[in-house]
Amino acid sequence: MGTLSLQGLRKEYGQSVAVERVDIDVGEGELVSLLGPSGCGKTTTLRMVAGFIEPTEGRVVIAGQDVTKMPAYARQTGMVFQSYALFPHMTVAGNVGFGLEMRGVGRAERDRHIMEALKLVQLDHLSERLPRQLSGGQQQRVALARALVINPEVFLLDEPLSNLDAKLRAQVRGEIRALQQRLGLTTLLVTHDQEEALTMSDRLIVMEGGRVRQVGTAEELYENPADAFVADFVGRCNIVKGTIEGSAMRSESGSLLPCRMEGAPANASVLALRPERIAMQPGTDGSGLTARIGAVLYLGAQTEYQLDLDGTVLTAIRPTPQDNDALRHIKTGDTVNISWDPAAARLLPA
Amino acid sequence: MTFTDPIYSKARRDDSDRSSVPHDADLRHHRTIAVNRLQAALARLSYRSIIAFGYVLMLAPVAMILVMSFFQDEIVSFPPSGLTFHWYANAFSRSEFARGFLVSAQVALAAMIIGVPLGTAAALALSRSSIAGKGAINTLLLGPLIVPGIVAGTALYLFYLRIENALDRDVVGTFAGLIAAHVLLTIPWTVRVVTASLQGLDRAAEEAAANLGARPWTVFRRITLPMLRPGIVAASMFSFIQSFENLELTLLLVGPGKTTLPVAMLNYLEFRMDPTLAAVATVQIVIVAALMLITDKFVKLSRIV
Repeated sequence: MGTLSLQGLRKEYGQSVAVERVDIDVGEGELVSLLGPSGCGKTTTLRMVAGFIEPTEGRVVIAGQDVTKMPAYARQTGMVFQSYALFPHMTVAGNVGFGLEMRGVGRAERDRHIMEALKLVQLDHLSERLPRQLSGGQQQRVALARALVINPEVFLLDEPLSNLDAKLRAQVRGEIRALQQRLGLTTLLVTHDQEEALTMSDRLIVMEGGRVRQVGTAEELYENPADAFVADFVGRCNIVKGTIEGSAMRSESGSLLPCRMEGAPANASVLALRPERIAMQPGTDGSGLTARIGAVLYLGAQTEYQLDLDGTVLTAIRPTPQDNDALRHIKTGDTVNISWDPAAARLLPA
Repeated sequence: MTFTDPIYSKARRDDSDRSSVPHDADLRHHRTIAVNRLQAALARLSYRSIIAFGYVLMLAPVAMILVMSFFQDEIVSFPPSGLTFHWYANAFSRSEFARGFLVSAQVALAAMIIGVPLGTAAALALSRSSIAGKGAINTLLLGPLIVPGIVAGTALYLFYLRIENALDRDVVGTFAGLIAAHVLLTIPWTVRVVTASLQGLDRAAEEAAANLGARPWTVFRRITLPMLRPGIVAASMFSFIQSFENLELTLLLVGPGKTTLPVAMLNYLEFRMDPTLAAVATVQIVIVAALMLITDKFVKLSRIV
């Protein structure tokens, strides 16, 4: 396994810029995910690493070797496609063995490697099946085995879980992460699913509009977002626009919201507050703000409350109250007293 | 369900209970349901008869040929005075049909073998590369479908005469000339069918092959071509049939000893009008149908056409 380094990578399509000056380093055995909404340039970046798209500017360096001008077939990358892209006319063994065949590995040795790779994904009993005879989850594992068997320098995953149903997705997520850590695979993962990115990655790169917005671990991005976009995209967040007044922010509808002043950037224009940081009490007593309940959404373990502060709407998420809890019987239209630790409310640039 | 079923008999009792007390709203309700049902049944019936009519319209001539080939009378008349295999015997004993069949089969096979790769290459170029004037080239390639066969045949005939003058060699009436003309018939079909299967092809599979170390030519040979196989098989069959049964384009281009089956049939018709032709046509229909059935074994035709 090698390292991956993208240096000042840029891709233009005529007038429009798909990827703008992206610098990324993936260390040996590290899993880094590119997270962003569709059209943010994450897939274009991945495809430039694989060699399917030629960058307009910048360099792609794999295991210390500049491969920017190298065709896809000569690069040592193993890619898992969103659609799996299995060869429909070849058996599972034929699919997995294709890369070895291209590398001129002899039949006996090839068969041995194929079975090893299939054992790794627990599919060795299905080696003679055709892809269409497999379930979606099984096809996905064949695609994994096929990319791994060639022992690539860099492992590339393009939305690998998006075609699986929710339950299977959570399971496969864990399996891929375990496999990646066990084999020490240098991995670049592209996803638009923040939960996938948060749970699987060593580091995340949030992209938007072709640019990198922030790089960091899951905790860093969640606790310390660089701007309102990252705060909103990673996890859920209340974003309130307004003007700073003393040690609080005056929202556009006039509410005065306490917030943390130290460390606030000069160009800060919004307040970001995680929904789980808002505490609530029934009634109007207390030191906090008064809000009207706009809606109560029961989510099982948690309950979500829409709070209306004279036109400023905030979302609070609390553990679903137990029987003896005062919040138990709260309903739409009730008035509550809300408060939060000012340190939890950050001022960020938009 | 049997009448002893307690639930069923109870339901029936309930029904009769209710109908014994006349209820205006109830009656009206029942009447509306009945009318609705009748309308649905009528709609279904007319839909089915339209489909049946379509089938009859298409299959009647084929069926007529088949039936007529067994009529005893030389001049076809209804009802026939008897049934016979005589016309089949006559068809097989006349050498022009056997020879015509052989020529047609050879030309169709050759045209298919030359035309399908050409058409496939054209389809690939049209849907994959970024050459200028794609639309114009596409229309041009579909041209032979649009121009009436007899017009194209005449044009080719005149064109061949010029080539003969220029090269001082025979072209009209040769196998080469005939095959070249029939290749024209195979290309539009191949381009259409292969383009359709190219559009349905998952390009990610080709990228996956490249990612695994396959060079472009290997990707084409090992991945693209096998994935296009159903389309190519169908294109080959269509091409063969197009060439095998073509009359108009061929009419002016055949030479002595190199007459195709449809032209041989037309020649026979000039002198006689007995059901021998029906017998030949029946054999031809059976061969084409068999070809379609065999192809269908490999590729579901309904998915392509």
